[in-house]
Amino acid sequence: MKIGAPREIFEGEARVAMTPASATELEKLGHSCMIEAGAGKLAGFSDDSYRAAGVTVVSDVAALWEAADVVVKVRPPSEAEAGHLRVGQTLISFFYPGQNKELLDLANGKAATVIAMDMVPRISRAQKMDALSSMANIAGYRAVIEAGNNFGRFFTGQVTAAGKVPPAKVLIVGAGVAGLAAIGTATSLGAIVYAFDVRPEVAEQIESMGANFVFLEFEKSQDGAATGGYAAPSSPEFREKQLAKFRELAPEMDIVITTALIPGRAAPKLWTEDMVKMMKPGSVIVDLAAERGGNCDLTVPDQKIVTENGVTIVGYTDFPSRMAAQSSTLYSTNIRHMLSDLTPKKDGVIVQNMEDDVIRGATAAHNGAVTYPPPPPKIAAIAAAKPKEKAKELTVAEKRSLEVAAFKTETRNQVALLAGGGALILLAGLFAPASFMSHFIVFVLSCFVGFQVIWNVSHSLHTPLMAVTNAISSIIILGALMQIGSGSWLVILLAAAAVFMAGINIFGGFLVTRRMLAMFQKS
Amino acid sequence: MEYGFTTAAYVVAAVLFILSLGGLSGQESAKRAVWYGIAGMALAVVATLIGPGAGLWLLSVILVIGGGVIGWYVAQRVQMTEMPQLVAAMHSLVGLAAVFIGLNAEIEMVRIAHTLAAVGIESCDPVMSAIVCAGKFSQPGIFDAFHGFALKVAEKTGAEINILRIEVFLGVFIGAVTFTGSIIAFLKLAGSVKLGSRTFTVPTTATKLPGGHMLNAGAAILSLVFLVMYFQGAGSWTLILMTLCAFFIGYHLIMGIGGADMPVVVSMLNSYSGWAAAAIGFSLSNDLLIVVGALVGSSGAILSYIMCKAMNRSFISVILGGFGTTTGPAMAIEGEQIAIDSDGVAAALNEADSIIIIPGYGMAVAQAQQSVSELTKRLRAKGKNVRFAIHPVAGRLPGHMNVLLAEAKVPYDIVMEMDEINEDFPETDVAIVIGSNDIVNPAAQDDPNSPIAGMPVLEVWKAKQVFVSKRGQGTGYSGIENPLFFKENTRMFYGDAKKSLDELLPKIT
Repeated sequence: MKIGAPREIFEGEARVAMTPASATELEKLGHSCMIEAGAGKLAGFSDDSYRAAGVTVVSDVAALWEAADVVVKVRPPSEAEAGHLRVGQTLISFFYPGQNKELLDLANGKAATVIAMDMVPRISRAQKMDALSSMANIAGYRAVIEAGNNFGRFFTGQVTAAGKVPPAKVLIVGAGVAGLAAIGTATSLGAIVYAFDVRPEVAEQIESMGANFVFLEFEKSQDGAATGGYAAPSSPEFREKQLAKFRELAPEMDIVITTALIPGRAAPKLWTEDMVKMMKPGSVIVDLAAERGGNCDLTVPDQKIVTENGVTIVGYTDFPSRMAAQSSTLYSTNIRHMLSDLTPKKDGVIVQNMEDDVIRGATAAHNGAVTYPPPPPKIAAIAAAKPKEKAKELTVAEKRSLEVAAFKTETRNQVALLAGGGALILLAGLFAPASFMSHFIVFVLSCFVGFQVIWNVSHSLHTPLMAVTNAISSIIILGALMQIGSGSWLVILLAAAAVFMAGINIFGGFLVTRRMLAMFQKS
Repeated sequence: MEYGFTTAAYVVAAVLFILSLGGLSGQESAKRAVWYGIAGMALAVVATLIGPGAGLWLLSVILVIGGGVIGWYVAQRVQMTEMPQLVAAMHSLVGLAAVFIGLNAEIEMVRIAHTLAAVGIESCDPVMSAIVCAGKFSQPGIFDAFHGFALKVAEKTGAEINILRIEVFLGVFIGAVTFTGSIIAFLKLAGSVKLGSRTFTVPTTATKLPGGHMLNAGAAILSLVFLVMYFQGAGSWTLILMTLCAFFIGYHLIMGIGGADMPVVVSMLNSYSGWAAAAIGFSLSNDLLIVVGALVGSSGAILSYIMCKAMNRSFISVILGGFGTTTGPAMAIEGEQIAIDSDGVAAALNEADSIIIIPGYGMAVAQAQQSVSELTKRLRAKGKNVRFAIHPVAGRLPGHMNVLLAEAKVPYDIVMEMDEINEDFPETDVAIVIGSNDIVNPAAQDDPNSPIAGMPVLEVWKAKQVFVSKRGQGTGYSGIENPLFFKENTRMFYGDAKKSLDELLPKIT
């Protein structure tokens, strides 16, 4: 199959859906690749580098649309681009079929197959083609870099000869992929990072990235697992509580990065005008939700503004495109994984398997029928969080009583064991002759000594212990030695065999132990 | 030589043996401890040879030396990966020796009874010994030809003879079980053994004859019946038949236990060989035998207990074989196993600061310990924190992994036990699982329906990245899927462990 990547015509879009590296991998799947001249230029990939990877560079975009069986793109196609589609052609790009109904009908009218990268279900198997996550990751990183660019101070605290610099305080609202990436970037720059999310189960992830989780005392917290890892809209009471917490934090924060999005809705307003007013001059707000209206009241999409009190609000919507080289690499890899799932036999033949959860979920139109919205995937996105039982903090008195109880049961067990054992021995003593009992004492005491001694043996020496005990157990040779001289030929024969076998054991056991122990070395 | 001297030597030997076992508490003191053991054994053997009752000492010395040469040869030749087989094989020798010695005691008893009967004495008073009895019937000379052990038996009173019978019976029984059990364990651990032109193989999985445990129970009940008959004086044939029963029990019991339970089996056989020695010690009235038998027996019992605890299973269920029945369907596993090549592993290792390696039986099978050691050396040379996490039941013998790593010159102070290191996984960059499966299975903690639920496991999945070196996609010994392999931070490094590591080594720069 021929896979073609046209140049992105959306203004300011620098990404490209195919890189020389991804083209090489696609060729391994049996496909041939073509690209429009200059498509990779803004992302830093020259036409020559594509040629070197075996990609045909086509200067006429119409010819590319004509020749390609599969067209890979970043942005949804424009109407003009969609006009190029033809029967049986496959388009793979971000498509947002929910919002772009007309575009979908247009593509479907041409009986083309549309695979929307933004509709890839969020299940573990599909992570490698989850372009939303890989773009969000870049957006989170870039948001911190943009904030730093507009922030007049260090992130990290320093004590220098020229004075003391306090560390920057960063608040990240929404700990999805972008939020976590932002946390990671900000902490590694040395800032003190706080992060908030309505889903309490992400607290662990936030803390693992090195940020402090802003804890909100609220009874019914929601489980984000049911919604595919996204937050669901929250109740008004919860929202009020949340805003109160933000008002408390606003005066302290130097940088606020908001990433809160709810699927299929406008971005929730979380950072109100009065909070912006509370912030110190020179502070920076980066609103990653600007495209959907912004989390901050004052955000202007695609623009950077400075408020009256000197707070910079960054409302760019093209963060991934601002890092085109990185985002093209990741996006083209996502596309490549999608194509490798579509080419199960690696023979260059595309199989649109609509039974496959991932392919079914991402396909918006196929064989002249609109297949959006897809049925829910057979596998739940994320295993529902199990209610965690909190280990109860024990009071001193409770601990004490537990200890006492443990001590009592231990004493009881020991006494019972001793009494039982003693009774058995006494019983044996009633019937057995005295000569037996004198040996029996030795036996019981030896068992006791054995138990005491062996417990202290280091775990790593258990194999040498077995070898030594094995060697020692050939003490049975004493019995054979005592019998060997008794006069009966049968006894001599058996005893001699026993002596011989025990001899093997003594030498073999001790020597192998010594060999093993000599190997243990300290560094 | 006087009897008192022998006893004194025995006391010293017993103390030396206790010191020898106690010294194994640390790697350094262990090197001294083995000499205590050797000295104790030498003292015991010499004291017995020159003590009362022994004879034919030249033959004895020749036999000991002859056996010693074989033992020395085997000990030098054995590969460290073959330690489990060797230990099992040596247990079988002790078991057989116990059987022979027990049978000897019976032969002597029969001989005395015959001697008495030959001069017309049919029954003796139970409070009298054979010699006193003969003297009473004015035949004091008939036991003149008896010396050594035979004389000792002749001096026993009737009641003592009865006790002796029980002791002999027990010694032979335990010895016989140990003998066949150890041979089966040896064959299972070795896989196959060539003897001449024939090759013996034993399936490593649990196999039982039709009838299962009922056969074992039947054989045990039969043995008990023989004990009663033997005690009533039914004759030597009961002892012989019981020995055959015990041989069968040892064979069938161990056949029914699968490969991964071998650490418990080997330590259990170790324990049995000790109890057999102790029982023989009772029948020969030899205190040193009793002391050492009890030491070895309790040592093996403790090891078995530790192993069972590490698998969260009761001793009984291991011995009876097979995993417990599951109470429900196992949790479905989602996701897929993602493979990685050596370049990917090398890149991750080059970037990692802290690395934990989790070896398992697969490392022993692939003989990969040298490559693991080399990898460790290179990573440590780069200033990385490399440690080993050892699960108590990793391998086929308690402490098996420690010995293999020591052989490959991995310093023992970076080899950690499960409890020491389990908390460190979240702060670890890379965990490398080499040939282990069930001991790193998160299902033991997450899935109450899993057959291994509740077994303590190494929490490798908490590391930032996990690489699993494994031959293929198959399941572990317990036959259950391992969700670890499907986790997002897990990558499968397929291939023979040694080959994979050797491929990886030049890429660590």
